[in-house]
Amino acid sequence: MLKQGSPIKIAAGVLALGLAACSQPDGLSEFHDPFEAHNRQVHEFNKNLDRMFVRPVGEVANELPDEITIPVSNFADNVGLPNAVVNNVLQGDLGGAITNTVRFGLNTTLGIGGFFDPASAFGIYEQEADFGQTLAVWGVGEGAYLEIVGLGPTTERDAFGTLVDLVMDPIGQVGTKAQVTYALPSEIAGLAISRGQFSGTVDSVLYESADSYAQSRLLYLQNRRFQLGVEAGDTYLDPYSDPYFDPYSDPYEE
Amino acid sequence: MTIKRRTFIAAALANGLMPVRAFALTTGQARSLVDQIVGDINSVIGSGASETAMIRQFEQIFADYADVPIIARSALGNPWRSASDAQRRAYVGAFQSYMAKKYGRRFREFIGGRIEITDAKTVPNGIEVHANALLQGQAPYNVSFVISDGSGAPKFINMFIEGISMILSERTEIGAMLDRRRGDINGLIADLEAF
Repeated sequence: MLKQGSPIKIAAGVLALGLAACSQPDGLSEFHDPFEAHNRQVHEFNKNLDRMFVRPVGEVANELPDEITIPVSNFADNVGLPNAVVNNVLQGDLGGAITNTVRFGLNTTLGIGGFFDPASAFGIYEQEADFGQTLAVWGVGEGAYLEIVGLGPTTERDAFGTLVDLVMDPIGQVGTKAQVTYALPSEIAGLAISRGQFSGTVDSVLYESADSYAQSRLLYLQNRRFQLGVEAGDTYLDPYSDPYFDPYSDPYEE
Repeated sequence: MTIKRRTFIAAALANGLMPVRAFALTTGQARSLVDQIVGDINSVIGSGASETAMIRQFEQIFADYADVPIIARSALGNPWRSASDAQRRAYVGAFQSYMAKKYGRRFREFIGGRIEITDAKTVPNGIEVHANALLQGQAPYNVSFVISDGSGAPKFINMFIEGISMILSERTEIGAMLDRRRGDINGLIADLEAF
């Protein structure tokens, strides 16, 4: 399924580099952000992009009936599955590869080209996998936090992973004609639909936070580390034995 | 052999050095508390009341089931120490209404969804009750609630949504709000009340 195996070579190079250069912060709320000044500029640019284009398109999408938006989202999710399967295999997760393959097969056939999602009715959900995750499984640290124009929060490892996923995506080999043609447009439409559906939550992070950059960074890193199964030192911080306070003092007493 | 012995000693040392509290709370108690919380939230969401009324009811649920002073204190961090008694009271009250407004608005997006508890396990700061949030047309979301009896009674102290910790998120937010007011707690309290 892989073209010439070149992504593997690139990955091996990054693996070596990454192991040497990338550190894994040991707290969920910790981060390595040496490019913060630049990232903050990109964040402001992305917020403007959202305000002017993405959010308004999301609002329009939110007005469309479910009969349109759900099939489009289903189609977009489905065309991403073959690439997830490749990553499942690279991670040695054969169970995930089988689940995703069955899901892709069911939804592409019974689900009429992927517009419907009968697999979920059978409890067969996507086992998410991407190349950034594959690198993490191979032991590559996340590297520096980045915010990228148009794409938002990521890390050095995951940005490289996104690039590799774009190059190695096997949908061109295994997809139907419609899937190959509409993969990218449907994925963009799917993002607009999600932006509209979760408008309140996204707005509260981007426009109601005191520091939307810091909040986005924290949310992205925690969620990403959770997906990758990283257990951190401050996951279960005990507020009753917080180093700042006498553990059993009445919070109202001096 | 040496490595094994060293690992063992390191683990023993870590155990001895970590503050370990005895939890009287059982996983069953924690689970039934979360059951009650989820039930109360669902009935508020299902009541069809106005947003203002829902937020008021949600604040009551938060006050009843959560250890609000400890969550508020943990979100504020170090500045708690230098706050006066009156400031602390005002801050905890303002934090409670801020949380109700912020999260109460979000719950409306989950109308039609439901939460199913899956299991409960002991974690370093209490008992974590895991659940799936089932929303229409979405793969299940992983949600969990941390229950602790550190206050003397079983109380909600934190939650995770897909790995995102409420308490860590609020630490960042309250910290940024305080920075915006150049460290003035009275300013922070006013901003929380106006949220």
